[in-house]
Amino acid sequence: MAPSFEQLDPETEYEDQEEDIDYSDLREQYEVRMEEGLDTFIIIDGLPKVPPGSKEKLVKFLLRKLVTVGKTKEENVFMPMNEAGDMTEGFAFVEYETPAQAAAAVKALHATPLDKRHTIAVNKLTDIERYGREGRIEEEYKAPHIPPFEEQEHLRWWLGDHEGRDQFALYRADNVSVSWNEKDEQPEQIVDRAFWTETFIQWSPKGTYLTSMHAQGVQLWGGANWSRQKRFMHPGVNLVDFSPDERYLTTWSHRPLQVDDGNPILSLEEDGKNYIIWDIATGKPLRSFVTLDLPGPTEDAEGNPIKKKMQWPAFKWSADSKYVARMTQGQSISVYELPRMNLMDKASIKIEGIMDFEWCPANPQREGIKHYEQLFCYWTPELGSNPAKVGLMTVPSKEVVRTRNLFNVSDAKLHWQSDSAFVCVKVDRHSKSKKSLATNLEIFRVREKGVPVEVIDSIKDTVINFAWEPHGDRFVLITAGEVPHGSAVPPKTAVWFFCPEKAKGNQIGNFKLIRSVDKKNNNALHWSPNGRFVVVATVLSQQSFDLDFWDFDFEGEKEEKDRDLTANLQLMNTADHYGVTDIEWDPSGRFVATSASVWKHRMENGYHLYSFSGALLREEPIEQFKQWSWRPRPERLLSKDEMKNVRKNLREYSRQFEEADVAKKSSANKAVVDARRRMLEEWLAYRERTVEDLVEERQDMGLEELSEERKALIVDDEVDGEGKVVEEIFEEILEESEEVVE
Amino acid sequence: MRPILLSGHERALTQVKFSKEGDLIFSVSKDHIPCAWYAANGERFGAYKGHIGALWTVDVDPTTTLLATGGADNTLRLWEVQTGREIKQWEFSTSIRRCEFSEDGRLLLGVTEKRTGQLSNIVVYNIDPTPGASQPDEPILRIVVDELPRVTVAGFSYLSKYIITGHENGSVAQWDGKTGELLHEVYSHDDGMSVTDLQWSADRTYFLTASKDKTAKLHDTNTLEVLKTYVADTPLNSAAITPEPTNYVILGGGQAAMDVTTTSARQGKFEARFYHKIFEEEVGRVRGHFGPLNYVAVSPDGKCYCSGGEDGYVRVHHFDPPYFDFKFEVEREKERAGY
Repeated sequence: MAPSFEQLDPETEYEDQEEDIDYSDLREQYEVRMEEGLDTFIIIDGLPKVPPGSKEKLVKFLLRKLVTVGKTKEENVFMPMNEAGDMTEGFAFVEYETPAQAAAAVKALHATPLDKRHTIAVNKLTDIERYGREGRIEEEYKAPHIPPFEEQEHLRWWLGDHEGRDQFALYRADNVSVSWNEKDEQPEQIVDRAFWTETFIQWSPKGTYLTSMHAQGVQLWGGANWSRQKRFMHPGVNLVDFSPDERYLTTWSHRPLQVDDGNPILSLEEDGKNYIIWDIATGKPLRSFVTLDLPGPTEDAEGNPIKKKMQWPAFKWSADSKYVARMTQGQSISVYELPRMNLMDKASIKIEGIMDFEWCPANPQREGIKHYEQLFCYWTPELGSNPAKVGLMTVPSKEVVRTRNLFNVSDAKLHWQSDSAFVCVKVDRHSKSKKSLATNLEIFRVREKGVPVEVIDSIKDTVINFAWEPHGDRFVLITAGEVPHGSAVPPKTAVWFFCPEKAKGNQIGNFKLIRSVDKKNNNALHWSPNGRFVVVATVLSQQSFDLDFWDFDFEGEKEEKDRDLTANLQLMNTADHYGVTDIEWDPSGRFVATSASVWKHRMENGYHLYSFSGALLREEPIEQFKQWSWRPRPERLLSKDEMKNVRKNLREYSRQFEEADVAKKSSANKAVVDARRRMLEEWLAYRERTVEDLVEERQDMGLEELSEERKALIVDDEVDGEGKVVEEIFEEILEESEEVVE
Repeated sequence: MRPILLSGHERALTQVKFSKEGDLIFSVSKDHIPCAWYAANGERFGAYKGHIGALWTVDVDPTTTLLATGGADNTLRLWEVQTGREIKQWEFSTSIRRCEFSEDGRLLLGVTEKRTGQLSNIVVYNIDPTPGASQPDEPILRIVVDELPRVTVAGFSYLSKYIITGHENGSVAQWDGKTGELLHEVYSHDDGMSVTDLQWSADRTYFLTASKDKTAKLHDTNTLEVLKTYVADTPLNSAAITPEPTNYVILGGGQAAMDVTTTSARQGKFEARFYHKIFEEEVGRVRGHFGPLNYVAVSPDGKCYCSGGEDGYVRVHHFDPPYFDFKFEVEREKERAGY
């Protein structure tokens, strides 16, 4: 039975409890509202009581407000008089043309002041009927029942594994499983559920929750029992995104939400919206937004709709999750402050022409800046005679701390280094004739005084991929040559490795090319999360599937020409995974999982597991394999000194671990050998029994021990069991020629 | 040793069999001519001309005097191996899917195809193995299979005590060899996944079934209990047991031609797979065919095996010494202990 969204609470695990349930409360809560024809009516309360003479004036006055949200006429406003007939009662009924207008009126006009003494209350007639009916609302206040505190499961239980193993989730066919990685052994499965998700799975950034996607919304799972922690109702949800601290969640659907009245979670506020930002702890929506259409024509010349590439995530989180921002392309950035989700300083930041922006991924430490700040980097294209610009802006002061002008820009990409020490702007520049493209790298040294910019313009081709070393200062990029027009073959690519030169003190020297390797097909870069190692791969290709494992700090001899560099580059290993579509490092940087997903093609779906150095540990073909996802880990809790200590005593630690590995291996081997021994014994016993029975049965029937077909094998050879060797000699005449000798 | 390629057929192979002495190979394919070959060097020994349809099945009697073939021309024919003379022909209303001699060679079994208006029949004939003897026109036993789904494979157990059948829905059934009474039925393979092959151990006390469900299973003949399961990653067409003392099974299969999206041998899994019979572990693979393997057969002397492929070739592989030397540690242990 599948745990679908609506059913199955973790407490009432999969049991059918049809009998003897009192449904009356539910029936009341989810009462189907009949079409009563009263949906177009609203009631306005809190009007001034006026004599008949002023009534008309009041109605007219009121009408002016009423028509701002919908269509209604003077005849449709009914203001009853009191019994005596000399004063109005202070309320009025209004009929609108459509229920939607009535709903809009409630939303817009409720609690608006008419003058100092009168504030009108606007409600739907049906709501009055529903909630105002006798007995519906109890007269006496009853304190809500607060359930006693229950111990919750520890959400970070998996970090306590005594072997320090990592977990991964595997999605294949309709099943999602989570397993412990066991290196070259069969992974130890922890949980396996059918129909756990409907489209894909996603871990939260620190690995606390496993996210499952459903037609009705999103669910988060966690704890040792994989119980449901939270669910977020968002019908038709397509994508989710977490804030870095796992406190907030963004859900997005390409279809605008349709919220009905009486929805327990979503209010009319969310109606028609595409994005919802949730508070994970409360499970309540914080704020919702519609998708912004990108500027430009929506239809091409033939009237077909143009599919625009959506930016995901559209709402980008600052490193500390204090801010979330969205760009309105070409115009502005809206920065919202958490947890209230209010627009910062009540206005969007106008940046004319803005094309893209990126928050710094870690709290910035700019020189000489003591106060709190977050940074984001953005770029704008050439506008009229103004050059293209890259800027760095701080939040909350909204100060532009650095800009740089650029020319002939056709596109730019912003790449932050993971500690926010650098931001590299990859600028694709066209030549004057706009025929050829080349890429410049503009590297902003964010931590240095005045944010100096270093330019690398030695690259003649376009850069198709770029990646900083995590927590490091080295990077790798891939360039692609020009494609001859109409060519079906993707261009050959080249891989370039850069590092800073050695410099005095704590300075970081200029970036220098270590080596470039050309005539490759690579298109993907995957750094180990700890830096130093990088996998350069070819994914989603029809022809080549190579994986190159590079080491930046090779411990062997260093070449003379690299003496001044802060790296010693070495290709450790190459591997080949047919049809590889995805590559993911485990969070500890010890393993690399490469997989071929059925989402992309149907050939040899499954995964390979490599060690960091490129040794193939395991391969498993899995039919209908869809997704592999390592469970992320939160940041380390060890202090700098403690880590240094570990590094110093690495030899001692690795000895312990190796011993543990050997012990584990030998006990596992022993189990396998024992199982085999048992199987062999059983088989031999079975054979002995059946052979005996057969012989007996044949003897009973007066037959010989062996059947005719088995006798056929007995050859009475003179040569002892060796058989005769027949030698055949073939002579083939290849050519014959005759020469007449004079 | 280098494999020997028998390239005498024009169309996909359907079945290959060794003579009980292991010196000859008989092959049938969708072309209409059964062939006989020397196993030692791959030379053609002869062909048996007469059929006018695709052939599905072939078997040879224990003395290699008589050859039975059957196919889509709705006939089951008996040939003299040595001369190639057709000595008997039985005609049916549907094609013959399977034929097999009993272990003493005195009974011949045939399975007819189920088609609209026609049920699967299992027919058994008394055979006189003396050369030149006349063969009966009428079967001594006819089982009309109406309760169970289509029969795909069938064979005689030891002493012809039972007839074992494999069915389209993945089930395996046991029938009384004399009376034709249904004795027992088990659902060993996944529902709806056809049993594609049934091959016997040397003494016919256990047998191996292959199925489209990507597994092969070793059954006990008496109880039909599944003794071992071998899991492959591709639908299987055939599975053979190597004769003792080696303990292997050879599985053959591959994605059916209609399911192959790209015609690459890498994707199709057209390999013969060797599993250890007792430990159920894969020990090796043999590549070579460029289409699915339709049948694998092991020589009764255990010295070679051959496979017939959709690609129209028969490949004969003679085992090299390391094959006979390879043992698991526990097997060596046992040997040292005096097994």
